[in-house]
Amino acid sequence: MNALVIAEHDNHTLKLATLNTVSAARLCANTVDVLVMGQGCEAVAQEAAQIQGLNQVLLAQGESLAHGLAENVAEQVLALAREYTHVLFASSAQGKNVAPRLAALLDVAQLSDISHVVDPNTFERSIYAGNAVSTVLASDPIKVITVRTTGFDATPEGAGPCPIKAVQAVADQGLSRFIRQEVAKSDRPELAGAKIIVSGGRAMGSAEKFNDVLIPLADKLGAALGASRAAVDAGYAPNDWQVGQTGKIVAPDLYVAVGISGAIQHLAGMKDSKVIVAINKDAEAPIFSVADFSLEADLFSAVPELVAKL
Amino acid sequence: MKVLVAIKRVVDYNVKVRVKSDHTGVDTANVKMSMNPFDEIAVEEAVRLKENGVATEIIAVSCGVTQCTETLRTALAIGADRAILVETALELQPLAVAKLLLAIVLKEKPDLVILGKQAIDDDCNQTGQMLAALAHMPQATFASKIELVDGRLEVSREIDGGSEVLSLQLPAIVTTDLRLNEPRFITLPNIVKAKKKTLDVTRPEDLGVDVTPRLQTLKVSEPSSRKSGIKVASVDELIVQLKTVAKVI
Repeated sequence: MNALVIAEHDNHTLKLATLNTVSAARLCANTVDVLVMGQGCEAVAQEAAQIQGLNQVLLAQGESLAHGLAENVAEQVLALAREYTHVLFASSAQGKNVAPRLAALLDVAQLSDISHVVDPNTFERSIYAGNAVSTVLASDPIKVITVRTTGFDATPEGAGPCPIKAVQAVADQGLSRFIRQEVAKSDRPELAGAKIIVSGGRAMGSAEKFNDVLIPLADKLGAALGASRAAVDAGYAPNDWQVGQTGKIVAPDLYVAVGISGAIQHLAGMKDSKVIVAINKDAEAPIFSVADFSLEADLFSAVPELVAKL
Repeated sequence: MKVLVAIKRVVDYNVKVRVKSDHTGVDTANVKMSMNPFDEIAVEEAVRLKENGVATEIIAVSCGVTQCTETLRTALAIGADRAILVETALELQPLAVAKLLLAIVLKEKPDLVILGKQAIDDDCNQTGQMLAALAHMPQATFASKIELVDGRLEVSREIDGGSEVLSLQLPAIVTTDLRLNEPRFITLPNIVKAKKKTLDVTRPEDLGVDVTPRLQTLKVSEPSSRKSGIKVASVDELIVQLKTVAKVI
């Protein structure tokens, strides 16, 4: 059994999700390689080479791979995939974009967002917004998988570096072009890997109040900011802050849900958090059914009080 | 521009499904079924493209059981011009659906195919990308804005940390995210009109597609539940609990 893990990065640093994906890969295979694709990303390959227990890091660099275009990236992995029994991506925007394309090119099924490896052919994954867990057996010779990173601990870094092998970058497929990217610069931890998350719902009332009330709390706790779908739909928070079935799946040590009622689609994204705090003035809010600590209070007085007393 | 929209009939968004006691799946008997919400966004986008003079014809396609005709009628009521049902009672997994859609794409030759990014039943998020691969077409998943610019499609898409803009040659595959649009309410006159629109039925064997599942579901179980928490009466008590009991801050 040989596994290939697709490194998640921004051409400068390795994303932590890669470390969780390697852990899932080690449960599937005894030999694990990591593939770094991009341009000017030697530093990422060097960082990846320090992940414990790797066989080698493969590094493909070229203009065709600079912006992570799915058509080129899938073709690049395809060129290498037949050497492996498992190809694993983090279940991130990038992983979800590329993995199914690769699977179809290989004519194999894809396993989305696995949360547990039962054996190298059998996996658990959530369905119906986390209301059920499905155990599936994959019979295809190559398993193309996206990994729910909260289901697996991060493999530590700090090993004596494994070899880095350069591989030929594929030619541009000529199907799509990158125009521009708008990524918000933030000193906050990434939502997907944050230890503490402060999340707001529809009860925040407006984008201004969302920021005025929650940013001081997030700053005090060193937390990432999240939001319910209702808050995103209402325009209080950007889309990539969305926690839930169709947004991000998170499992921080502490999740503070403020003014979130707790629709099943939201609970699907955060109910594996270690400790959940819910602040809501509606005693009947479903969020209280999953909270470890429920504070029935007006968020507009409770949150500032919390910030002042922490 | 001819636009094809793929839609799926799923358990309604508001239904909390129950796992069957024999662990073979979830109970969908007597449960309300609806169009997958992301597919509704896909149909809406196609209709807006037509209203703006960009699209000329919209074809809605669904793969599955006979009752998918109801879902297709909904798409026709939103504004699709005609519909195709690929009818089968067999379990369809994303790769099989992508192959069925490919067969329809080869026949209908649309310039653009719009799909929902994810179905809310199996939560797979695969079909659009798979279709793009099989058709050797460019893909833009998780779209928040699409625009025709000089014969190419410019798509803003949601990515981790923000958004990016891609330019795709046509024909292309797009999958929808939440912010793309807000689907309209369906009016009664449009429901009546939809009944008169063409709905063709074909079958996987007519299209020459093998839909045998590649993944076997061994069991479906309840997720582990959290043990119930406590109520705290004040912010002070909350802080004490977090510091001394939970020790998370």
